[in-house]
Amino acid sequence: MRTLNAFRSPDLIRRLVDDIAHLTEHPIKIMEFCGTHTHAISRYGLRQILPERVSLFSGPGCPVCVTSQADIDHAIALSAIPDVIITTFGDLLKVPGSQGSLEVARARGARVEIVYSPLDALKIALNHPKQAVIFLGIGFETTAPTVAASILEAEKNSLDNYFVYSMHKVTPPAMRAILDMGELGLDGVLCPGHVSAVVGWKAWEFLPRDYGVAAAVGGFEPVDVLWSVRSIILQHEEGIPQVANTYPRTVQAEGNVKAQEIMDQVFGISGALWRGIGEIPRSGLMFRKTYRRFDARSVFRVNPGKTADTEGCSCGEVIRGVTKPVDCPLFRSVCTPTHPVGPCMVSTEGTCAAYYLYG
Amino acid sequence: MSDDIILLAHGSGGGLSQELIRRAFVSHFDNQILSRLEDASVFAAEGSRLAFTTDSYVVKPLFFPGGDIGRLSVCGTVNDLSMMGATPLYLSAGFILEEGLRLDDLERIVMSMSKAAAEAGVKIICGDTKVVEKKAADGIFINTAGIGFVRDDLHISIVNSRPSDVVLVSGTIGDHGITIMSQREGLQFQSDMTSDAAPLNHLVRDMLGATNQIHTMRDPTRGGLATTLNEIAVSSGVGVEVEEDQIPVLEGVAWACEMLGLDPLYLANEGKLVATVAEADSDRVLAAMRGNVLGARATVIGRITEDHPGRVVIKNSFGAKRILSVLAGDQFPRIC
Repeated sequence: MRTLNAFRSPDLIRRLVDDIAHLTEHPIKIMEFCGTHTHAISRYGLRQILPERVSLFSGPGCPVCVTSQADIDHAIALSAIPDVIITTFGDLLKVPGSQGSLEVARARGARVEIVYSPLDALKIALNHPKQAVIFLGIGFETTAPTVAASILEAEKNSLDNYFVYSMHKVTPPAMRAILDMGELGLDGVLCPGHVSAVVGWKAWEFLPRDYGVAAAVGGFEPVDVLWSVRSIILQHEEGIPQVANTYPRTVQAEGNVKAQEIMDQVFGISGALWRGIGEIPRSGLMFRKTYRRFDARSVFRVNPGKTADTEGCSCGEVIRGVTKPVDCPLFRSVCTPTHPVGPCMVSTEGTCAAYYLYG
Repeated sequence: MSDDIILLAHGSGGGLSQELIRRAFVSHFDNQILSRLEDASVFAAEGSRLAFTTDSYVVKPLFFPGGDIGRLSVCGTVNDLSMMGATPLYLSAGFILEEGLRLDDLERIVMSMSKAAAEAGVKIICGDTKVVEKKAADGIFINTAGIGFVRDDLHISIVNSRPSDVVLVSGTIGDHGITIMSQREGLQFQSDMTSDAAPLNHLVRDMLGATNQIHTMRDPTRGGLATTLNEIAVSSGVGVEVEEDQIPVLEGVAWACEMLGLDPLYLANEGKLVATVAEADSDRVLAAMRGNVLGARATVIGRITEDHPGRVVIKNSFGAKRILSVLAGDQFPRIC
């Protein structure tokens, strides 16, 4: 635990918090893009120890949460096709669609298997040659390369029963969309660490350049987060916004080029529908023509019915950071992890789940 | 929509399980002994106090480092009896076998049950076998029930924790949960983790040799330590305060959790217990625990308080506090 402990050192944490308190007297608004950051901040109680003038807003960085209602409905409809095995990350199972959820569909007889990686879905396809195996591809630049790799592997093995329903999204355009909406007046962005390990910290250079916003690419331990916050405040105070890499043990300037290449080979950039934000140009990953035979969207035609938004659910506003979970009328009363109304209460990376779980 | 059928999550031990138990079972069976919802039910019979419990085992994989479904099925029931302070005596064993199960696997499981029973000093004295069609079960399901004696001077109950009690845990948390997870298809990672599955009755005997002022005991199985502490807080109507740094977690478990985005506090344990003990006797109990190999890493993790009744508050190393809640169902590894 020595390495981990260093990033949770009470002494270092106290010194960083002291430092932050002395760096500025002005209020500062920072968005943490990533759901894993949101959870780390809640789990370690970092809001309690930071000065009140430092406001942290949770962003759209939770793959399950930003998946559109239409896509959820589509996935549930796919599970009703005979001889189809749906494979998915566990988090998606409980997300309520317009009618029911994958969890309910499974209990009613649909074949829905939880996997931890698309490569497991591929294995299921190999072992069930007479059934069509559809992997529900959610996630950002972190998961998309593995999904792309599973497609290349399927091609290599001449598998004709493995498909992916791609709901993959890329993150920088979503951050742009939020800044363009200008609802929060953000001063800084804590950029996602895992995503940046793939795309490289340079992918965020548009933040200082186009928006004059300070940025830090940070890790997920308390010291990582506080170091990032400190860096953002420092940039803001000095009036020289840039992208600081406060996660150098994982993130490099250019990222993981090999992963980017694999992703690019299989997927092309397209528009994508984000829950709470709407259609964002160039923010989705769809199959390139060469690989379209693996694309569940084009191979399977289903009618998911009319998409109905959940009444009263504030997930859309929570995803944009403009509403805190505690201000949603359903939070804790109607919407709980046991009976989630919206996706932000379901996912382990969801903002509502973080606020609920950690009080 | 999800209210009219059973979902897998109803069996996870979380919020949905609790709802199901109250709605479907407690309301209809409707008696005072059951509605206490203890690990084992204690009742009087012919002048003696007896404890009685039952549990079913549906674990996958059937064999895992440090144990198997057979060992679990004996230890689990022995431990549920022990958590009431009972001395476990006799067990029953019911087997539901899937057509096609290998006989040598069955024998391996039964031998493991026999060994665990010998370790605990209990006898399996009655049983039942049913075979179901292929796919109507998953290899083998085992049900065990157990019965034991309870000393007259003991009043151990989930409702009996009191303010100023000391909260003890008998050893490292999360070993079993992470071992099972590491064996699941698709998640196999190099790990030298082994399940902690063990009968706790001898450890409990040693503890009760030191004091009769143990107020609550529970083995934090499904749902983990966090869930057990919440059960104590809610049932006893007290607050629980624990120090995160004091909770023992093996380095390998901590790393695996870090990698997968899991919290060890919600992982299952099969050979650990949590006890709340009167402050005056806590040192003696702790010493007794440490004198037993299954309690060698026993430690104080917190206190029962009058504040925030029904809630568990956890304090981390730099002083920030947060509420420790119960999960709705199983933990999933994070996506990104």
